[in-house]
Amino acid sequence: MSTPRLVEVRQNILKQNDVLARTLRQRFAEAGVCVISLVSSPGAGKTTLLEKTLTNLRRDGVRVAALVGDLATENDAARLARSEAPVKQIVTGTVCHLDAEMVERSLSDWNLNDLDYLFIENVGNLVCPSSYDLGENLRAVLMSVTEGEDKPLKYPTIFNTADVALITKIDLATAVEFDLTAAYNSIQSVRPGMEVMEVSAKTGEGIDEFMQFLESRVQIGVAARP
Amino acid sequence: MHELSIALSMIEMASEEAQRLGAERVNAIHLKVGALSGVVKDALLFSYEVASKGTLLEDSLLTIEETPVVIYCAACGLEKELPSLQRFCCPDCGELAARVVRGRELELVSMEIEESPADYEGAESPSVREEVGKAEEAAT
Repeated sequence: MSTPRLVEVRQNILKQNDVLARTLRQRFAEAGVCVISLVSSPGAGKTTLLEKTLTNLRRDGVRVAALVGDLATENDAARLARSEAPVKQIVTGTVCHLDAEMVERSLSDWNLNDLDYLFIENVGNLVCPSSYDLGENLRAVLMSVTEGEDKPLKYPTIFNTADVALITKIDLATAVEFDLTAAYNSIQSVRPGMEVMEVSAKTGEGIDEFMQFLESRVQIGVAARP
Repeated sequence: MHELSIALSMIEMASEEAQRLGAERVNAIHLKVGALSGVVKDALLFSYEVASKGTLLEDSLLTIEETPVVIYCAACGLEKELPSLQRFCCPDCGELAARVVRGRELELVSMEIEESPADYEGAESPSVREEVGKAEEAAT
């Protein structure tokens, strides 16, 4: 006859991911590389912004690379490769987010000492990526002007875990009657004090400011994330 | 929906723990899920039922305690429960509150295991709980 018993466990279910993410963050710090992850809904312009940013940073002699996650296809990696930066696609299959293990596996044959910045483009999804620490120093959340000003209120968790918000496709703001004040208020309501930048990868508006912001974060020390 | 991934991690963790304790099966597991954990309770319950098939946790009960977000209000100098995820401000004085104290947790709190009487005596020693605590401490 068996005896039932209650045992205390008290363990974080994502411990394995979080421990690995911390190890990655340590590796990034030792190699002196600043790691920025990009999250947004599908179609907000992560890849376009990243292509522009990689191209501009390379032009300025900055050493950059990118990992890009998608459910299927290697199209994004092909687009980003036009910047001539090293790019690797992570095809997740049915998994709707990246995790620390996928990042670690993808980095296996890269020398991190050769990089100043590593960008990680997550799968287009505003829900699932919020639970997974990837070891990044900075999480940027993107929302495009075509999505509506209340996106942050609908997805407070991902906005609350981000370090900077980028309002993308700002060149279309007037055409789609985007209310910038309402958007700023939504962002501040779910993440008080978060820096917000307006960018257009198409016209180049705000891209220099974004690059300056990254530079400033490197200078004040990137290990800001817990 | 990433709750299936979460359920699999949770089942793996609980199974390892149950095996370590020499349990024959797990009757129930108890979780704490914070409002900012990014996990939806119903999706997790559904995923659990599917993912626990064929494991020590098959047909076990999953209970989920949903915990609120707690912020620190600098103006009041106190921790406060946040009534809405849409407004990160003090519910009493209205001051914006950027500092989240709790609410991101996703924790396997405890589980009810069944073990054979032979194993029971050894496993009952207080060192089991201490070991778990130490392992957790070392990992964090």
